[in-house]
Order: sequence, then structure tokens, then C-alpha cells
Amino acid sequence: MSPIHDQSYRHYEGERRPLGRAWGVITWTGVRSNLSRRWFLALLAVAWIPFIASTIHIYVVTMYPQAGQVLPVDAHRFMQFIDQQGIWVFFVTIFAGSGLIANDRRANALQIYLSKPILRMEYIGGKFAVLATFLLFITLVPALLLLLMQVMFAGNLDFVRANLYVVPAIILSSLMHVLISAATMLALSSLSKSTRFVAILYAGTIFFTEAIYGVLWVVTGSTRVAWVSIGGNMENVTDVMFRQPPRYETPVIVSIVILLGLLAVSFSVLERRVRGVEIVA
Amino acid sequence: MADSAVTLDHVSVAYGTNAALRDVSVAFPKGAVGLLGPNGAGKSTMLKALLGFIPPKSGKLQVLGLNVAERPLDVRARLGYMPENDGHIPGMNAVTFVAYCGQLAGLPKTDAMQRAHEVLYYVGLGEARYRKVEEYSTGMKQRIKLAQALVHDPALLFLDEPTNGMDPKGRDEMLDLIRDLAHNKGVDLILSSHLLPDVEYTCDHVVVLDKGSIAASGSIDQLKGPTGRVFEVRVKGLQPPFVAALIAAGMECQETDEDVMRVFVPGPPSAPGDDQRRICAEALKCGVQVRHLRTSLPSLEDVFARALGES
Repeated sequence: MSPIHDQSYRHYEGERRPLGRAWGVITWTGVRSNLSRRWFLALLAVAWIPFIASTIHIYVVTMYPQAGQVLPVDAHRFMQFIDQQGIWVFFVTIFAGSGLIANDRRANALQIYLSKPILRMEYIGGKFAVLATFLLFITLVPALLLLLMQVMFAGNLDFVRANLYVVPAIILSSLMHVLISAATMLALSSLSKSTRFVAILYAGTIFFTEAIYGVLWVVTGSTRVAWVSIGGNMENVTDVMFRQPPRYETPVIVSIVILLGLLAVSFSVLERRVRGVEIVA
Repeated sequence: MADSAVTLDHVSVAYGTNAALRDVSVAFPKGAVGLLGPNGAGKSTMLKALLGFIPPKSGKLQVLGLNVAERPLDVRARLGYMPENDGHIPGMNAVTFVAYCGQLAGLPKTDAMQRAHEVLYYVGLGEARYRKVEEYSTGMKQRIKLAQALVHDPALLFLDEPTNGMDPKGRDEMLDLIRDLAHNKGVDLILSSHLLPDVEYTCDHVVVLDKGSIAASGSIDQLKGPTGRVFEVRVKGLQPPFVAALIAAGMECQETDEDVMRVFVPGPPSAPGDDQRRICAEALKCGVQVRHLRTSLPSLEDVFARALGES
């Protein structure tokens, strides 16, 4: 008598997706995993408070133009908003990013991932996209929505027409913050198996470069040394994007080179650390 | 070779200055092949090189007719790999983990989930499939590693020490699964192990590695074949002179855990009783009493010992 349903091993005859799409699976799973943590949802919600405050500000200025003399709504206001979100970028990067590769290394998951038809760059890309999704959600999305709010409250496109560069400036500065933060965090995450250690390492990197800048500034009395600070370099480039006078005397090209160098180092670390087998020669 | 699942052509792999594989050329036929060798022989290195984890210093690796260096993704799409070390995705329960692995290997989400349930039942984790993998015992972790390797229905399985850390019952069940996959389900596999009984029970062919080189390869029946006879011998008296005398007479001796020696008499079959008479004659010369002398079937252990002795 044959069984009604064979619970033994059966061959799979269904469809298979083309290679090169696994990064999407990694991203979606990573995003869902983070969203299942309540405190992380709370953090994301708190990161939108500046958006609500800014929306009220824009509403008040639109309704009562004389208020604009004290707190004007101009390109600088949007740049300020991107800067304000920096603190939330820091926290979200630490909470969503420090375990991205470190946890996989702790659980020996890299050999599982890379024994599947996945390129190392695809794995890194998938993990990068997890963090980038959250960071864009608290930088680019609220900043663009803020601009939309301005248009809606004003009932016209006069502000956008007068400041056409604001839209690309918002997009580029948000992408820069996301790219630098996510790449740095991912590289640090690949260096250790401990999430806590990675978090401390990232916070240390950010604060240490700031502290070094502070000391050098006191010693030299010049902001030309701001290139030693990761945050300072990003602020310097953001100023240029929003056509604002730079806060630091460091030439913008130097800041751009430093940030590109940081990206290159991060991807070099990832290239070396993300492997199916750890070789200790 | 058209009938080969895997071929290595003059492959050398090194970790820094330490050579792990030395100019290895071998073909793994389809079916179940055991990759035998003592610890550090280069078994895991060979599997990792075939997966594309470690680039060889020289030589060419082919899996299912595909060049590993040129088409690593196509190779891995057809492979299932059960690693030696514990490995899982943190925070996932078993069914989510296995389905996730299926999706990573290219299965659509719903198919991956369905396959995950089926495969978990097959490996004996059906009742525990909603438990977190971190909470699993060592034996269960071995099973889930097999499940994640099977979920996308690979044409070829690499199993690296699949019975490590399992209790005797679990080990038998794992070996039954491997045997079933190879002999009834048409899945080709390479079983890397230093445990001879595991390989002997599950595989038809064997490749013996020693110090990064091939020490022997062929079908188990062929290797165990009529190139000699094996006897179990127990003696009373001083063993070392007797062993030396047997070796001098062209025989090979291997001591077992018990007080019984296994004596291998090489060469074509002789007249009935001749071998026994030769052994007794040597015992008489050495002044030891033969208390037990029985013909034994050559085991893979004998093949292994001979191969390592020769290499």
C-alpha cells in the first residue's frame, strides 16, 4: 500500500530565480528583523520628532510671514534639518548596523551565505542596503517631505523655483551621510564577532576624530584642521551642496578626498574580512 | 571525464607558506564518494577550494563539468554544503532559517518555505522546526546543517564530518539519511570524514588523502579486493618479536584496541590453509602460542592503513 503523502525527500521541480537577486532577500530579511524590535521602532519614531517640529515651523512661517524674520524658512533651514538628523543617524547606525556582519561572524553564518550562489559583493550590498534603508528613512524621506510640506502650506512652487538647488542638495547630502555612516559601520562590523564592541568602536571613531579636531583647533586656533573629523568633513561638503558659506576653513576638495578615502578603506576592509573561510596563515 | 562529479587537475592550495594540497589530480565519480584522511590531511581545504572559498595556487577544479574559477555561482547553485563547524543565521527558528537558505539559493519565497518544511521532516526535525536554532543540541545542529544544504535540491552534496559530536543513535540516523540520499534519492555526494565506518557504510567509492596528496582512490570493493587476506590473531607471549617476524616475512600487522592483531597477507590467493600455516610457523619460531586465528574480511580500515603506510 503506497503512502497518501510521501514525507520523504523529494526533488524540486519548480522555478528558480536568476542569480544575482539574493541581496534583495538579505535586505528584506534584515529590515524585517530590525522592525520586529519594539525599541528600534521607538527609536525610528523619535527620529521623526524634528520633522514634526520643522513642519510646525514651516506652517507658522507660511501663515504668519512676520515670524520668518526670526526663524526664516530658506535653504539653510533644510541644511539645518539634515544636520539635526545627524544624531539620529548616529544612533540608528549603531543599533541597526553593529550586528549586521558581526552576528554572522559570531554564528559562522558567512560560510552558509557564501556556499549559496551569492557573490561577496552581493552579501555586502544586501547588508549595506539594510542600514541604508533605515538611514534614508530618517534623512532623505523626512527632508523631502518637509519640502513638500512647504509647497503644500504655501500653495505654490515659488520657494522651490527660487531655490532649485535645494532638491539635489537634500538628495546628495542625505546620500552622503548614509553612504559614509553605513560603509564605516559595515567595515567595523566585519572586524569583530561582538556587537557591543563594534558599537563602541563606531562611537569611538566618531567621538575620537571630533576630539582630535577640538584639541587641534585649540592648539592652532584654526578650523583648517577640521579634515581630521569625519563629521566636520561631512558638514563641510554639506555646506557647499546647500550653497552656504563653509563652517570650516578646510578646503572642500580635501574633505571630499578624506571621505572618499574613508569609503575606500571601508570597502577594502570588507573585501578582506567577508570570506567563506577565515585564513590564519 | 564525463562520469565524474568532481575533477581536480594538478591542484595545489597553500595557506601562506603551508601547502594544504600538493599537485592533486583525482576524479570523484558520481554516487557516494568518501573523502578519507587523518586530521590535517587537506579534506576540508579540498571542499572549500571546490566551493570557490580558497583560490588554488595552480591547477583546475571542475564540479559537474563546470570550471569553479570561471563559473563559481553556477557551481554553488548546484551544490549543497554542510560545513564542519556549527553555522546558522542568528535569531531565526529552524524553518525560517532553512527557507531563508532556500531563497538565497534562488527558490521563490513560497516554494522555499514549503521545501523547508519537507526537508526538516526528512532530517527528523519536524517537531522542532519552530524552535530557535541557537537552542538546538549538537545533534540537532548537525541535522539542520544537512537541511539547509538540501533545501534547494542540489545535484551534489558536500558533507564535511557530518556525524561530529552526535550520539550513537543520532549518528546511525544521520548515516541512514546520507545513505538514503545517495542510494535511493539520486543525490551525488562527497562525504569528508576521518571515521572509516561512516564512509564504509554510506559510500561506494573512496578517495584517501594524506598530507595534501592522494594516497589511494577507487571503489571500496576494488580497494578491499583480492590483493590479500586478513586474519585476526591473538597470541600468548612476547608480541614485538612476533610482529617483527611477520613483517620480515612480508606480512603487515595492525594492532587493534583489543588484544587481537589484524595480519594482512598480501599477494594472490594461495592454497587453503597456507597463510595460516605461515603465521603459525612464524609464531613457532618466535616461541609464542597462537590462541586465536580467524579469517577476517578486509575492512576499509585495512585499505586506509595500507594507503597511509604506503604514502
